[in-house]
Amino acid sequence: MDLHYLTAHELGGLLQHREVSAVEATEALIDRIEALDGRVQAYLTRTAEQALEQARAVDAARARGEEPGPLAGVPMALKDNLCTEGVRTTCASRILGDWVPPYDAAVVRRLKAAGAVILGKLNMDEFAMGSSTENSGFFPTRNPWDLERVPGGSSGGSVAAVAAGEAVYALGSDTGGSIRQPASFCGVVGLKPTYGRVSRYGLVAFASSLDQIGPITRDVTDCALVLGAIAGHDPFDSTAADLPVPDYRAALKPGIKGLKVGVPREYFGAGMEPEVEAVIRRAIAKLEELGAICEETSLPHTEYALPAYYLVAPAEASSNLARYDGVGFGLRVPGRDIIEMYMNTRSQGFGPEVKRRIMLGTYALSSGYYDAYYLKALQVRTLIRRDFETAFTKYDLLATPTSPTVAFRLGERAGDPLAMYLSDLCTIPINMAGLPALSLPCGFSQGLPVGLQLIGKAFDEVTLLQAAYTFEQSTTYHRRRPELGVA
Amino acid sequence: MEYEAVIGLEVHTELKTNSKAFCGCTTAFGGEPNTHVCPVCLGLPGVLPVINRRVVEFGLKTALALNCQVEPFCKFDRKNYYYPDLPKNYQISQYDLPLARKGYLTITVDGQERVIGITRVHMEEDAGKLIHVDGPDGGYSLVDYNRTGVPLLEIVSEPDLRTPAEARAYMEKLKTILQYLDVSDCKMEEGSLRCDANVSVRPRGSQVLGTKTEVKNMNSFRALQRALEYEIERQIAVLEGGGQVQQATMAWDEARGVTYIMRTKEEAQDYRYFPEPDLVPLEIDGDWIEQVRAGLPELPDARCHRLINDYGLPAYDAGVITSSRALADYFDRVVSLYPDAKVVSNWIMGDFLRLLNAAGLEPGSSPVPPEEMAALLQLQKEGTISGKIAKQVLEEMFATGKGARLVVEEKGLVQISDAGALARIVEEVLAANPGVVEDYRNGKDKALGFLVGQVMKATKGKANPGLVNQLLKERL
Ligand SMILES: [Zn+2]
Repeated sequence: MDLHYLTAHELGGLLQHREVSAVEATEALIDRIEALDGRVQAYLTRTAEQALEQARAVDAARARGEEPGPLAGVPMALKDNLCTEGVRTTCASRILGDWVPPYDAAVVRRLKAAGAVILGKLNMDEFAMGSSTENSGFFPTRNPWDLERVPGGSSGGSVAAVAAGEAVYALGSDTGGSIRQPASFCGVVGLKPTYGRVSRYGLVAFASSLDQIGPITRDVTDCALVLGAIAGHDPFDSTAADLPVPDYRAALKPGIKGLKVGVPREYFGAGMEPEVEAVIRRAIAKLEELGAICEETSLPHTEYALPAYYLVAPAEASSNLARYDGVGFGLRVPGRDIIEMYMNTRSQGFGPEVKRRIMLGTYALSSGYYDAYYLKALQVRTLIRRDFETAFTKYDLLATPTSPTVAFRLGERAGDPLAMYLSDLCTIPINMAGLPALSLPCGFSQGLPVGLQLIGKAFDEVTLLQAAYTFEQSTTYHRRRPELGVA
Repeated sequence: MEYEAVIGLEVHTELKTNSKAFCGCTTAFGGEPNTHVCPVCLGLPGVLPVINRRVVEFGLKTALALNCQVEPFCKFDRKNYYYPDLPKNYQISQYDLPLARKGYLTITVDGQERVIGITRVHMEEDAGKLIHVDGPDGGYSLVDYNRTGVPLLEIVSEPDLRTPAEARAYMEKLKTILQYLDVSDCKMEEGSLRCDANVSVRPRGSQVLGTKTEVKNMNSFRALQRALEYEIERQIAVLEGGGQVQQATMAWDEARGVTYIMRTKEEAQDYRYFPEPDLVPLEIDGDWIEQVRAGLPELPDARCHRLINDYGLPAYDAGVITSSRALADYFDRVVSLYPDAKVVSNWIMGDFLRLLNAAGLEPGSSPVPPEEMAALLQLQKEGTISGKIAKQVLEEMFATGKGARLVVEEKGLVQISDAGALARIVEEVLAANPGVVEDYRNGKDKALGFLVGQVMKATKGKANPGLVNQLLKERL
């Protein structure tokens, strides 16, 4: 049996029935990583020893007759911007050096309590800034479907690991599409929950008002399962909503008859690959066939989302990243005085994209420019939110492409930041509005996966997951695996 | 030309909440460096702040006591600047929507009462401390983050102050109010109360404001007054010399008694304020405001008026007694047991404060509790001891912590009011001083005082002075 390609709920079932032990599952995944990661390059840090220890603890609990839950003993991995006590956390940046957090992120604490086996920390664009994982300060991750292509980003390592069977599931973070766009590129399910659904405590901040942690899984059931494990109020995050967490998995019932789905025309604009559009149109037709009522609609302020995002996100980032100064932790490059030490440390520690965004954000917040840039962007944000509010008075869900293209080639956009930014055209407005959205496999173009993005009402992940589940149950795209030339 | 100064003060006060503003660390002063810290106040990657409810409550108390309007909606902002004592390189503060605005307090200088406007009250977090270690190549600096994240209130006055004495009176009054509210230790020397001043001068009568400077680093009331006196003279001298005041941030050098330029307008920081995305805006519930208002203690002005109106105390006495909440509490307690307020006030403002100051003690930690002070006054009133003896007894009570009655008994200080016993001593004194007796009989009234003194001396001051007088007059 290929344990590495089982979903969490499948493997969890085998573990609960003691048909497989957590140690066996963990060893299978460690072997898989050993065999494959030299080519995929998803992992920045592997924690095999710790994983086996966690697996043994779960096996011991089950041997005692305890049932620690469906995720207990299932090997997974974390994007490397989630703090892990005692395990180095780099954000794929040189500036953090070998910084080891003294605490676990809230989601890590929750997963550990649920018996998760953590295989390691996954590559990403430095500080989650990028759409291809080429901005990693260490090395780029490859797309398992075509090793010459990018996996998307910034959660490229998380998505590649799940697609390649190097983790059963992973956590990523999504500020402007960083879970959904790579999920689309690598043919897996990626959910960005509603802003405030999951605690951000211990997620190294990029843009605090947009960041959200979410699951990356091989099917919708796992997505529901993992969301249920990480969601909920946290006294350490004032922006985490104090709302009850539904049993997402139990809510997965197929059937979308009568569901009203809006298809905003602005998401099918110039720059979209015709073949990708065709796949998306077919997926929408499939939703109709399954009973949904789909109709074209409009979100008129969509075109302003990207420019507004590139003011809000860099502005917050310029402040969030100010703490990397060589004083308290991480890299320090000495200088003659404190100012020179700051400059040397930050010049050498940050990569070019991070520097670009710090400069953009610093500029946008500067005295005399604040009103014209930052404040204006906040106003645009309000308009975008209203667009969605209006649409949701008519529709239960919105359906769009996740990305206008399939995965591009390594290096293809690396020299052109604007072309790279356009990759997130369809995902950014959702972060600006704080809404939940997921990408799920809905077909292939040029042999590469294409993702359908479903957008839901705030805190209505249930409807989102149900629709995705119904679609998934009547298709087989999620069962296709990349050919990686290993058993 | 005659000039007048225009002064506004920005006061920072550390709140004495148990834990810091945005994490659970203790706010205790002192402690080994970097022991009162956690990932949040160290600004480690990934952490988030959570507002301490007590900070808002203390802010509300202060705002209400300063007659401010509490804003129904306020938010936190980030003030961005690089400094090694600020681990995040931004300070969480409040920028355009502070906790409260538009208040005032009243000061009295040279018998003149003035109302000073308060522009705003807002919450923010304190920074750590840098300790510079000298050495080759200029040495190095160490950072102590214990103070990082301790809650501060910033209280900004209107530019309503006109003299250094008024500025000092404002600061003293503010300190008194904060102490009445029990929200801050207000120790300027420990930095729990700090003050910056904006100062400009203009020809008297002019309505146009002159160019201002901001003066920092004044660590006592005296320093505040001296620094302002110096800075005002300096600005006037610049104008008189035909020059222009340069807009700048000045520092007060206490040792040299001068202000000097720290940075000019051109070097001013751009703090790039923007709303703190990690905290949700605060909507302060009207019920909470009313609850806090109802729980406010009696404030210095009200208490002062009560002492004047209810007890007939002179305004000066009432002002001194209410300048400290602990002293006023002490007074009230003594008066409740010994209801002659003027006598109590005389004793407290006289010997009691003298002994306290000499011992360097606060009224709350006096070795003589108010009950024993009342007992002492009662002994005097009953005639058990004389006023002179009472002073001795109080000193003994201060030194030993013993009760009034116990000291009087142990030391045998009970007043001699036995006419028979005193008559004998009077006879002896008269027999020993025939010349003085003669003088008295010849009309020298002063001679009687000498004879009383001799009787008192013979009885070590314990004789009842009224009785001695009476007996002497009878015998003469
Ligand atoms: Zn702390």
